Amino acid sequence: MANVFASIGDWVNERAPGLMPVYRKHMTEYYAPKNFNLWYYFGSLALLVLVNQIVTGIFLTMNYDPSAAGAFDSVQYIMRDVEWGWLIRYMHTTGASLFFVVVFLHMFRGIMYGSFKKPRELVWLLGMLIFLVLMAEAFMGYVLPWGNMSFWGAKVIVSLFGTIPKIGPALQEWIMGDFLPADATLNRFFALHVIALPIVLLLLVVLHLAALHEVGSNNPDGVDVKHGPKGNRWDALKPADGIPFHPYYTVKDLVGVGFFLLIAAFIIFFAPTFGGWFLEHDNSIAANNLVTPAQIKPVWYFTAFYAIVRMIPSAFGTAVWGVIGMFGSIALLFALPWIDAGPVKSIRYRGTGYKVALTIFVVAFLCLMAIGMDLTDEYFPKLFGAGIDITLWDNVFGRIMTLTYFGFFVFLWLYTHLGWEKTKPVPERVTTHD
Amino acid sequence: MANEVVDHGRRRFLTSATAVVGGVGIVSAAVPFIKSWEPSARAKAAGAPVTQSLKKIESGQQLIVAWRSLPVFIVNRTPDQLATLPKQDPRLVDPKSDGSSADQQPKYAQNGTRSIKPEWLVMVGICTHLGCVPNYVGEIKPEPFDPDWQGGYYCPCHHSRYDLAGRVYQGVPAPKNMQIPPYHFVDDTTVQIGVDPKEGA
Ligand code: HEM
Ligand code: FES
Repeated sequence: MANVFASIGDWVNERAPGLMPVYRKHMTEYYAPKNFNLWYYFGSLALLVLVNQIVTGIFLTMNYDPSAAGAFDSVQYIMRDVEWGWLIRYMHTTGASLFFVVVFLHMFRGIMYGSFKKPRELVWLLGMLIFLVLMAEAFMGYVLPWGNMSFWGAKVIVSLFGTIPKIGPALQEWIMGDFLPADATLNRFFALHVIALPIVLLLLVVLHLAALHEVGSNNPDGVDVKHGPKGNRWDALKPADGIPFHPYYTVKDLVGVGFFLLIAAFIIFFAPTFGGWFLEHDNSIAANNLVTPAQIKPVWYFTAFYAIVRMIPSAFGTAVWGVIGMFGSIALLFALPWIDAGPVKSIRYRGTGYKVALTIFVVAFLCLMAIGMDLTDEYFPKLFGAGIDITLWDNVFGRIMTLTYFGFFVFLWLYTHLGWEKTKPVPERVTTHD
Repeated sequence: MANEVVDHGRRRFLTSATAVVGGVGIVSAAVPFIKSWEPSARAKAAGAPVTQSLKKIESGQQLIVAWRSLPVFIVNRTPDQLATLPKQDPRLVDPKSDGSSADQQPKYAQNGTRSIKPEWLVMVGICTHLGCVPNYVGEIKPEPFDPDWQGGYYCPCHHSRYDLAGRVYQGVPAPKNMQIPPYHFVDDTTVQIGVDPKEGA
């Protein structure tokens, strides 16, 4: 048997001698810093979820009917009548939410350890593009079951483009292919969701990793192992503080995978709707173009951005400001490598101001999420008495949090460009070397 | 051959000419694909006027009818409700509907009640923010979202508020008053949506 494999291997090698070097470059001879911690699991977990979405998605399309007349029923059919259909659908919906959990943590890791800084700006920019495409992909997927939340979610998101002065209304009709979300809209979202965006996403992920492997991984100490001493157990010329990605980190990542699958399986089997967070209640009612659900809010992962839209009032006869605010909040993340000019990468050695600011930023983001999920509407009366003006307090609180979100970037720019940051000494090598 | 001089100018010209022609080709080839996203002839054809009897709509009640798949609110406003309208002016973005909302109603509905007959409000029930259908909260009593509620519309999506003539309050995301469609009274108890009244009738 082993002989057969060996000879097949030789056969391929003779005809494509370039393959093994590529494998070695990215796996057995990709030297990653040896001090990766828990935060470094989320990249490989994102890959795992991506594969899950593609595989379960392919099986969902086998029974899904992308028409306004048939979509809702076909999803109910998958849930009730298709053998194991419920499991495949719950794997897909839970996967979508966990994708964002994993990607948010992955991004936060990048901010915390300065992984977006030189020379990894390209890795970061490609990551941000992935994030944008992922949001579009999630939104269009959400429309497909054609429940009432799908319908109104589609209406609101597409209307965001309608607020653009002059071209807005025509653009909105162009996106929907009708005067409101309809068959044409559902068909094209289906096409984009199952084929166009996944192809783009896969391409971007390949580029993301290729860009990372050009410059090498950062690590929790933010020191570049490529600039440290040379010579390790496998290669006299490679970084002393690097270890081969395979088998060392593949095995480590497998532990993460096992742990992650445990949590995912628990959710899929015991709490697939996650109390209305992962799958919303009103979406088990078919789309109705005359009635907006009483409580309309996006899925949890969009709520922070959605809260920003809600907090910015219209002015000069247009509602475009909220939309600018929302896109601006994402655009600033794209620009992070140029906003943050601090010379030190890792939070371990950065100034106290940075640590405080980042903490406040995370708190503001979580508060915006809570506002977008209408949690404040629910808890303000409980905390401050039933008589209070909820809208007023929601707005005051939300606007402060919106300003805090944007304030973080302003502060960061001033703090690092004007040299206010007092950093700690950065070690020569990663702190866990032997 | 090998020692022939390369004409760089000619080479640059050919390269850019090829790029330009190729670019024009790609752009023109993209047009049909982009145009294919526009509303099709079938989508455009659906849009006939709707006729609705008003007999069953009691005082203070709202009925929703579909016109071009859009929800149209028909409200039989009570005298109390009508009395709230002038008092809202200072809190509104465009109380007279002649500023940013100038194009949100036909001329014959550009008045204090935004209607042909004061009690009958006929309005496209689409929030001018991002297109949700606002909820009709007609009673004049304190609401959780406004202790001083004067009756009107509350949008569930981003909490925009409108008064009982669909005029938007200040400080909310929606920029304009809700739209009044073309409509006219066929007789005392029947309204037709989608067609203007005849001149002088
Ligand atoms: C489909 C989604 C994504 C996948 C599959 C993915 C995959 C990966 C993988 C496998 C790694 C190497 C392992 C690791 O460092 O954790 C990585 C690194 C990285 N990713 Fe992503 N990623 C995704 C989205 C993003 C997003 C949205 C961002 C941020 C905008 C981002 C920014 C980064 C950065 C900065 C690194 C380098 C980290 C370092 O060296 O410290 N990624 N990514
Ligand atoms: S759609 Fe009504 S407030 Fe946003």
